[in-house]
Amino acid sequence: MRSILELTALELGRRIKKKEIGVEEAAKTALAQMRVLEPELNCYVTVDERMVLDQAQKVQKKIDDGELTGPLAGVPAAIKDNLCIEGLPATCSSRILENFMPSYTAEAVVRLLDGGAVILGKTNMDEFAMGSTTETSAFGATKNPWNPEHVPGGSSGGSCGAVAANECFYALGSDTGGSIRQPSSFCGVTGIKPTYGTVSRYGLIAYGSSLDQIGPVGKNVEDCTAVLELISSYDKKDSTSIARRDYDFTSALVDDVRGMRIGIPKDYLGAGLDGQVKEAILKAAGVLEKKGALVEEFDLSLTEYAIPAYYVIASAEASSNLSRFDGVKYGFRAKEYEGLHNMYKRSRSEGFGPEVKRRIMLGSFVLSSGYYDAYYLKALKTKALIKQAFDRAFKHFDVILGPTAPSTAPKLGQSLCDPLKMYLGDIYTISVNLAGLPAMSVPCGKDSQGLPIGVQLIGDCFQEKNIIRAGYAYECSRSYEQPELAVRGAERDQTMYGETGTPKGSMAMENKWTEESEGAGGMGEAAYAAAKRGAGIRITASPDGTGTGGAA
Amino acid sequence: MSKQYETVIGLEVHVELATKTKIFCGCSTEFGGAPNSHTCPVCTGMPGSLPVLNKQVVEYALAVGLALHCSINQYCKFDRKNYFYPDNPQNYQISQLYLPICHDGWVEIETGAGKKKVGIHEIHMEEDAGKLIHDEWEDCSLVDYNRSGVPLIEIVSEPDMRSADEVIAYLEKLRLIIQYLGASDCKLQEGSMRADVNLSVREAGTKEMGTRTEMKNLNSFKAIARAVEGERNRQIELLEEGKKVIQETRRWDDNKEASHAMRSKEDAQDYRYFPDPDLVPVVISDEWIARVKAQQPELQAEKMERYQREYQLPEYDAGILTASKHLADVFEETVKLCGRPKEVSNWLMTDAMRLLKEHEKEPEDLSFSPENLAKLIGLVEDHVINRTVARNIFEAIFAENVDPKQYVEEKGLKVVSDEGALRQVIQEILDKNPQSVADYKAGKQKAMGFVVGQTMRAMKGKADPAVVNQLVKGILEAEI
Repeated sequence: MRSILELTALELGRRIKKKEIGVEEAAKTALAQMRVLEPELNCYVTVDERMVLDQAQKVQKKIDDGELTGPLAGVPAAIKDNLCIEGLPATCSSRILENFMPSYTAEAVVRLLDGGAVILGKTNMDEFAMGSTTETSAFGATKNPWNPEHVPGGSSGGSCGAVAANECFYALGSDTGGSIRQPSSFCGVTGIKPTYGTVSRYGLIAYGSSLDQIGPVGKNVEDCTAVLELISSYDKKDSTSIARRDYDFTSALVDDVRGMRIGIPKDYLGAGLDGQVKEAILKAAGVLEKKGALVEEFDLSLTEYAIPAYYVIASAEASSNLSRFDGVKYGFRAKEYEGLHNMYKRSRSEGFGPEVKRRIMLGSFVLSSGYYDAYYLKALKTKALIKQAFDRAFKHFDVILGPTAPSTAPKLGQSLCDPLKMYLGDIYTISVNLAGLPAMSVPCGKDSQGLPIGVQLIGDCFQEKNIIRAGYAYECSRSYEQPELAVRGAERDQTMYGETGTPKGSMAMENKWTEESEGAGGMGEAAYAAAKRGAGIRITASPDGTGTGGAA
Repeated sequence: MSKQYETVIGLEVHVELATKTKIFCGCSTEFGGAPNSHTCPVCTGMPGSLPVLNKQVVEYALAVGLALHCSINQYCKFDRKNYFYPDNPQNYQISQLYLPICHDGWVEIETGAGKKKVGIHEIHMEEDAGKLIHDEWEDCSLVDYNRSGVPLIEIVSEPDMRSADEVIAYLEKLRLIIQYLGASDCKLQEGSMRADVNLSVREAGTKEMGTRTEMKNLNSFKAIARAVEGERNRQIELLEEGKKVIQETRRWDDNKEASHAMRSKEDAQDYRYFPDPDLVPVVISDEWIARVKAQQPELQAEKMERYQREYQLPEYDAGILTASKHLADVFEETVKLCGRPKEVSNWLMTDAMRLLKEHEKEPEDLSFSPENLAKLIGLVEDHVINRTVARNIFEAIFAENVDPKQYVEEKGLKVVSDEGALRQVIQEILDKNPQSVADYKAGKQKAMGFVVGQTMRAMKGKADPAVVNQLVKGILEAEI
């Protein structure tokens, strides 16, 4: 029999429903796996064990009482640390937010909780989601479970690493320029970035507001689809949220791609693409072709303009979004300062890391008077043109297939010394955010080093079902591979648990997290008490009437 | 001063809109309240919170724009104005720069010099900031975010005004229109209307604009008038001395009747405006505009015309009554209760205005109920009290909103109409003043006035003067 940890989220959900596995047991198993692997991997920033177990008991009761019947009820999940959860610190892996305790819970997480999720903790990320390696975290880099000498990708590296290492059953990430898909590719898991406006951004600490979307990370397409269905909603609290007609994404889980038109952009297969990655991608396309899809190469164009346009727009928005972190209201404040402006200066200089500072400066520059037209406005025009190029392509194709990233996961420390090169690594994922499209990364093999490769499937706006169908059909042709390390952890887990399921070991988890996260914790007593206070402030629609006749 | 100078003035007027809730969240806009009691994650700029536009703000902005003959940007957007200051929790203000909701309108003003049109450059919607409280004893500053996110419109005029008189006329006209629309109460003292004055001077006859300054911290019409005069003179003095006016923002100190420089153009911040990605464009349909137009309440000009037509009031009366929305409301409600529009108008125009002036108050401050004024008019009409007594009662109504019927009862102010009693009083006066009788007999009509006056005095005003007149005349005639 397979260990609990090897189950997919949906498999675990079914077995919890059948009372074969208890919710607490599932949560404890995941916590035990963390104990074993976290010292090596560092996927999590905050874990509050008591809160997890308390929640597990409550969820179990609701399942027993028939109140929770969803497919993911009782399944433990991890949440990226840029999503607010009342009672747990939200740090964005930044020193400037190390003490920040949100007073409310993000809409996407509220929906997960309503579906019976047990939140295991908050996952590590590149500081404020700026980076492609999870090395810019103020609380230390996350390591790739396939090879801890390599990065897990980023910025949702903690979420993807935790899923790959069986330290949770699924996770939420956020994707501004590839931050779900690229680490999913590097960690050999599946991740979906939905159409912009599908998942409410309320409670997501913004990086590039017009590009940010929350999405699921899971062991397979099926899990991701079920999670996506749960978190998608029209939310009045988010003006950019869109009321869709179809939220039944799981209906697209059909192993049938006959007649599906799949286009491969030639621009995505040219210079810069690793040969082994290219080979794996084309092989994946071949599998779909064999299953009856019509595969064809075509010219997408404008690919080379996506990176400059993205870094101008995302940095511009970030420079403004991050201005609220000033040491006045919450978070980090410099210890010594003279007067208000010096307090701002020192708090922000000491509180932000170098990559964040670089983007704030870049963003401030492109918005400054005299440069606005030349950079920001031009980038917006480029964004519109890129969207048009996709519109043309989707007249001919249902799905666009290509690599998620030009290479497999680089070694730790290789990327940060050359930021420009790191930025170029986003080339295949970024235009999807600029055009607001849905896309997913699905594992499609490994390179000679044994590092995973991901194939990216891109759909037209609101056509998640096309990429889900293609991804699912491809997945049906192969089995899920997990890193050796994840299995090793699970084996050790057997020795740590007795018959009753109570931990034998006594590794001091709280202490470990607090040290690693330089005080991001305080997640012991304080967080627990805060969590017990109950629901926080949630904004209700203005009685004067909300929303306008606006179009997004 | 040998040269003639012309003053060129443009105004930026901020008006707090009368919505129940804030512009981007559901918090109350009510004035007062314990610090930070009207706040939520949105209006305190908490990470992850998002703004959602209050539709009523657009309605009010549209109504004001249409009343000021503006063109409407049917596709308008919100922009972020980035600057660091603790009263602004996000360190950016959500405002409109590139596509403001209204532009290119005008308003007609009237001064001693005649009528003229002042151009409206644009109107945009934005959010107010919080309030900083500096605690000198504790050596720290505190922030109250209750005002953070209260909706504002900023009305930017063209540089079309030439004198303090025109500035005041413009502001009064704006206030009147906005009050009529119900879009704001426009109270300068409470800050629900605030004006910044942009002023420059140039030699009369030249076309080129002089260097302008912007004056802030103007809390009353009087302060604005003084600031305009003060700044005009300051700039002319500089030019006369051969110096240059520096483009800068200045702060008016009304106690000192002088201003000081706050920051020059060189220090001006680059606000790095860009479209707010958290908000979607506001698309205003033709139907929406038509509906706001149709719902537009009667404005002053229409009301004035109607008063003359419907109530046969003179133009002068109609003008004064409609110059304050509140005064016009009191007038109409009173007429509804007791009819007699001219009588109601007289009370408001003479006694009410006199008392307001004495107490240094505005028509908006009238606080008595129309019911009581209507009752008072009824009492006079029914000869229960005479006009002299009525004017005293009106003062009590003005001050304490007393019920005149009750007041008359309690104070015993009813007219004495018992002829026998009156005759007795008159006879007593005649007996004491034989000279008056003699004078009357000698043809001196004045003597009768004296007797009437003495009688009224003896009756403490409670007699009907007409009746007294008649009786005195009858008695004197009988003596002849």
